[in-house]
Amino acid sequence: MLLLLLGIVILHAAALVLLFVSTIVSAWTTGSTSSSDLWNNCSTINGGYHCDPAYTGEWIQAVQALMILSIIFSFISLFLFFCQLFTLQKGGRFFVTGVFQILASLFVMSGAVIYTVMSPNWVPVSEAFGWAYILAWVAFPLALISGLIYVILRKRE
Amino acid sequence: MCVYLSHLTPSLTPIVPQQSEAIVIYTGWERHALVGSDIRLSCSFFSWRWTSDDVTFSWSYRADGARDSISVFHYTGGSPYVDNKGPFRDRLEFVGNPGRRDGSILLKNLDYGDNGTFTCDAKNPPDIVGRASSVRLLVFEKVPIQAGVITGAIIGAVLGLLVLVVVIYYLMRFLVARRVFNLSVSKHGKKGKGKEGSQQRQVPVLSIGDPSKLKAAASEKKKQESRKDKK
Repeated sequence: MLLLLLGIVILHAAALVLLFVSTIVSAWTTGSTSSSDLWNNCSTINGGYHCDPAYTGEWIQAVQALMILSIIFSFISLFLFFCQLFTLQKGGRFFVTGVFQILASLFVMSGAVIYTVMSPNWVPVSEAFGWAYILAWVAFPLALISGLIYVILRKRE
Repeated sequence: MCVYLSHLTPSLTPIVPQQSEAIVIYTGWERHALVGSDIRLSCSFFSWRWTSDDVTFSWSYRADGARDSISVFHYTGGSPYVDNKGPFRDRLEFVGNPGRRDGSILLKNLDYGDNGTFTCDAKNPPDIVGRASSVRLLVFEKVPIQAGVITGAIIGAVLGLLVLVVVIYYLMRFLVARRVFNLSVSKHGKKGKGKEGSQQRQVPVLSIGDPSKLKAAASEKKKQESRKDKK
């Protein structure tokens, strides 16, 4: 029983960590001389490392907002899980926790989808998607599975 | 004695320390404008002296990429002199008030070629030591949204919606609970016998941890028992 609990919490924490790393690290697209992410475009020109703030477009800001919202909702979900663990009646479902985690996964998915769709405008053809972008896509199914587990889980003793 | 005193009097005039004699000029840092619109470039100064009648304002312009700057406006001796030969002829207008230390100019019908740095220099004799201040003009086809505005708006809207949903949920629960309480109180008032009272207080513990269903079931049970008692 305790093992199951531990496993679920670790899954949730893993999804949260992936979300964090994906949002913060500057590696959504990488090229031979430059890398860019949601916040900065950094490039090494003539030996110097030079960063510009990302395009002030509407869509990149929407992606930023969605990623941040997914982190917030995942945090709230973790907090609610511990709350419900101690206050829920026997046999009750962790419904609210699951809902928040599923919402977090939906936000990550929307953010990654928008980034993918708008990437012809932002990413030069010579550059490829970076590992932080892949982490975002991995975090989506992890968070979704975690949320679904919460919804079908029932509390015992 | 009097001669001695007259030599003393010059030193009795107010001694102003050297730093405060400098004039400080204020303009904006950067200005954004749309093509074809007008823009007002403001320039004002701070000086410890009263505004003199010989106050002068002077604006110069250096285009993006150019090395030299040209003078486009000068105010002196109470009259403004605007550019009548350079890039801003017929497009520059003086809208300032020198008496109130305002040396602003108005540029009309902007074009992409007006991108550049405008420098304002003001002098308030005898306060003439100071550094000129520059404002950068950026002309856009469409004014870009500042970074972070949409991000903040989306985050704020979603969190606000969340708070609203939570508040409405708790409000509904509170209202339903109050209604159930009022109903049970009115039923209690008609009885007054101990046995039925204790029976009514028994609430079955359901396996579904849903409080609203719980309360609905409790009120149902009370209604059933009151119907039985009436028979």
